[in-house]
Formats: sequence, C-alpha cells, structure tokens
Amino acid sequence: MSEVLVLVDHVDGAVKKPTYELLTIAKRLGEPSAVFIGPADQGAEVAEKAKKYGAEKVYVIDDAQLKGYLVAPKAEALQQLAEKSAPAAILIPSSAEGKEIAGRLAIKLESGLITDAVDVQEGPVTTQSVFAGNFTVQAKVTKGTPIITVKPNSAAPEETDGAGAVEEFAPTISDAAKTAQIVASQPRQATGRPELTEAAIVVSGGRGTAGNFEPIEALADALGAAVGASRAAVDSGWMPHSFQVGQTGKTVSPQLYVANGISGAIQHRAGMQTSKTIVAVNKDEEAPMFELVDFGVVGDLHTVLPAVTEEINKRKG
Amino acid sequence: MNIVVCVKYVPDATADRQFEPDNTVDRVGVDGLLSELDEYGVEQSLQIKEKAAAGDDPVESTVTALCVGPEKALDAVRKALQMGADKGVHVIDDAIAGSDAVATSLVLAKAIEKLGAETPVDLVVGGLASTDAGMSVVPAMLAERLGLPQVTLASVVEFQGDQVRIKRDGDTATEVIGGTMPLVLSVTDQSGEARYPSFKGIMAAKKKPLETWSLSDLGVDASEVGAGAAWTEVIDTTARPPRTAGEIVKDEDGTGAKALTEFLASKKFI
Repeated sequence: MSEVLVLVDHVDGAVKKPTYELLTIAKRLGEPSAVFIGPADQGAEVAEKAKKYGAEKVYVIDDAQLKGYLVAPKAEALQQLAEKSAPAAILIPSSAEGKEIAGRLAIKLESGLITDAVDVQEGPVTTQSVFAGNFTVQAKVTKGTPIITVKPNSAAPEETDGAGAVEEFAPTISDAAKTAQIVASQPRQATGRPELTEAAIVVSGGRGTAGNFEPIEALADALGAAVGASRAAVDSGWMPHSFQVGQTGKTVSPQLYVANGISGAIQHRAGMQTSKTIVAVNKDEEAPMFELVDFGVVGDLHTVLPAVTEEINKRKG
Repeated sequence: MNIVVCVKYVPDATADRQFEPDNTVDRVGVDGLLSELDEYGVEQSLQIKEKAAAGDDPVESTVTALCVGPEKALDAVRKALQMGADKGVHVIDDAIAGSDAVATSLVLAKAIEKLGAETPVDLVVGGLASTDAGMSVVPAMLAERLGLPQVTLASVVEFQGDQVRIKRDGDTATEVIGGTMPLVLSVTDQSGEARYPSFKGIMAAKKKPLETWSLSDLGVDASEVGAGAAWTEVIDTTARPPRTAGEIVKDEDGTGAKALTEFLASKKFI
C-alpha cells in the first residue's frame, strides 16, 4: 500500500483535532504518514500522538529555516517529500494557510487539487458542499497526486495503532520561497472555549444582540459551545473578525447551531447551512433564518437565552 | 506603478445558482456580476494608486482590471472600470470553459506577463475568494507561477516605495507580512469598504480602453485549459434537499425558553 501524507495541524507543537480526522481518512486510502513541520525537538511527542491514530510514519521537518516566511517554504518542503515518497494522496487541513500551501503544491507537482472536502472515501472520491450548502459535489483528481484539503469535522477520529516511525526529512528551501517575510506574529488569545470550526455546538449572535454578547457567551458556556457572530455583529465592532461565521468568515458544520438575533442573509447561511440541527431565536418572525430551523423561538434573545442558560445549569446540577 | 487586479464574474449568490448537465457551473442562465469579494481588490488597488500619487514623491499608476470568462464576464470588467480602474482586459476563448483553478491561474499568469511586457507589473491584486467556487487558492497559484512573493489575505495594506506590509488575520495568529514589489497581494473584506461607482465614473468607464484577448494572444494552447485539461473531475452534483422549517414557537412569559430547553434536552444536547 502506498503512503498517504497528512500535514499535521498544530500550534507550536500542540496537535489539533483535525490532524486525527485526517489520519483517520488517510487510513481509508493507504498507509497514513504524518508530516510535522515544526521544531524538531517536538517531533517525538507529535509522533506519540499521531501513531495512536494510525500513523505508520511520522516525517519531522524542522521549521528553523521555514518559519519566518509565509506559506511558500512549506509548499516546497512538501513537494520534495512527495517526490521522495510518491504518496497515493496528500491531505492538508482546509485552513486559509492549508489551502494556500495546497494551491502552490498543486502547481509544483502538476497535480489536481480539491479544496474544502467534507468527506473523502476510497478512490479518493471527495464530497464538497457548495453554493452556500445548497449543492453536494462529488469529485476526484485525474492528474498526478491527489491533493485534498479537508475541513474540520469531516471524520470521527478513530484510534488505531500505527508504527509511528519517526523519520527526519531535511528539505532544501530556495531563496525564492523566502520572499514574503513574517515580520511579527501575535497568537490569538485563548478563549477557553472550543475552536469555532471544530466545535460540536456553536452559539452565535447577530444584530439582535445590540452589542451585548453576554447572553450568547453564557449559553455557549452552559452547552460547552464555541461562540460565533454574524457579519453585522463583526462590522459593528462587537466581536473580532475571527468569530465571524459566513461566506467571508468561518464555515461551520456543527451538530447544533444556535443563531440568536441573526436574520439569516445568504452570506451567513453559506457559513452554517450544513449544520446538523439548527435553532434560532429572533424577535422578527419574518427572519429568513426561521426557514432553516429545526426549532425556532420568536422572542427577545435577552430574556429567552438567560432563562435557557439558567435551566441548563440547574439540570447539570 | 503598474497594478493588475484580477476580477471574476460569478453567478449572483442571491439568485438560484445551478449546475449544467455536464456538472460545470451555469454561468449563462443565471444572472452574474463582479464577485463581491473582488470589489475589495479593486478598492485596494485604487487606494494604492491614490496614495502613491499623493505623497511628497508622487508616483503615477495604472490599474488594469483583468478578467477571464465568457462574454457576459465583461460586466465584471465594466464594474471595475466604473469604480475607477484605468483599463480593462477580458480574456475570452471558447476553449476556457470548464477550466479549474489550475488552468485559470495559468491563463491569468500569461495575461499578467503580457501586461508586463512593456512596463513590468509591480502589483498583482486579488480578492479573498470567489463567491462561487470559493477555493481561495488562485493568488497563491499566481505567486507560484509568476515566481513572486505571496503577500495574501490582507486586512490592512500599507506600503512605502516598493515595500509592502500587510496585516493577515491567520487561523491561529495575527501576523504582519512584509514583501518587496513586484508581488502578489490578496485582500479580505476587512480591508475597507469598496466604493460605489459614481455617475461620473459610470460615464467615464465607457471611454476607457478595453482589450479582448484570446488564448492565442497569450501563447496558451487550447489543450492546456478547459474541462478536458482539468486536473480534477466532478463526478456528480446533487441539490441538497431544502431544509424544511421545523417547529416555531412564540415566546410568551418564558414559554419560549421552556420549549427551547425541552427541545435541546430531547436532542441530548443537555
């Protein structure tokens, strides 16, 4: 069986959940090989985690000469690794950076690229959700090594033992790849809540919050959910852009999406329409969001949400 | 400065978007327009031109709106000209229909090289993503093909001379990215509201130079583009069954909260 390369999603060596989802998908296609681009001394620790989800090999690429530059060196490193290992497919997390790496890699390897897959099965055949979630598209790569970026929550991570053999790989990075410099970097402040794109439950607020996100955050915490916001709430300066759900923000597909004071414009729906269960609270019974919901409450979020939160907390004891 | 801004013609997101029987996007039967997210690219291109012309050491710039697409795609170029771009280039060729991002980036790259034949191109500008396919990969592909620095997904753009600095709100960190022109820049919808064309702008656009190029003008062989040359193949497209509205209750003195709590509990979310 051929190797399937999985680019490890991590922040400073802390492996994120999508990595395990990608390893689980890779197992359907071949032998999973995790590719860790980060500090070499964290390679062993990452390998320990990756092998629990079936990684047979763990390539460690020290990022000392890559990390000061945007995207291009990582694409170059993956190109050289792919040329050496001749994988059956390359799976990359569908983040902004992941997609840019994948785009460059596709040109370098003269290989087909599919982005934002929500499922990948043998073939590999991918499933994507397009046009604001109104259509499902199945596709495959017809040239070269399939390069597929996969969205979070596309598979349930399955624990299975892999050999987890660590192999160091030292790519040669060209000067041409070092032309976009990362001058400064400020890590995003931890909120203590699940990450928006990875969360099982998302509680969002829009214009109807009038800028008061306390009821949203309190309900989110009672449900163990991530907090999201509509573009209207972000444009009003109530929430940072990193919380935005929608076409120009994050696309989420949680088990439960609770939209509060959000009218439900197409741009917002594009970011949440594929959620399993949708609930809305809105004063305006004409809000288009109500067309999508499994359950809706016509009422003021400022009274409804605190009451729900209180009841949930009471039941949790 | 020679600034080229890439603009895409897309089916209107508020219209009833469809696929053709051959699984390509219906770009003819559905009303289209300049991709909303590319308006931000046009806006930043114009702002860069205006700022470069304003300083102590004023620099004149030309903003060219470049579009690849069918006949109707000219509307996207026109909109960019109305907003203030100086000239337009429309690459149109029957062979291009069905091209994937890889082939589209090839056509764009060749057109950008042609635009830089006399005066080198300093800035290639793009948007965050198209509003139809939404892959968000073309600017990175262009940087790869043109061998230029990739300074992408900017929420703030600053420049001094040939030095460009952007703020990039990444997935896990906010970064400042720096590069030297010539480079590929892409901007998000956070970079600044796009201007509306003024009446004067709409009238002026009618007189602006507009060129139409075919693949042969770019030295691209028809076999390198189109559905046949795509490195990916759509096997099937299915309309998702529309969501049917579920139960909706009116809140009266706390009944809404009770009903909602019961619903969440019945679905085991509590």
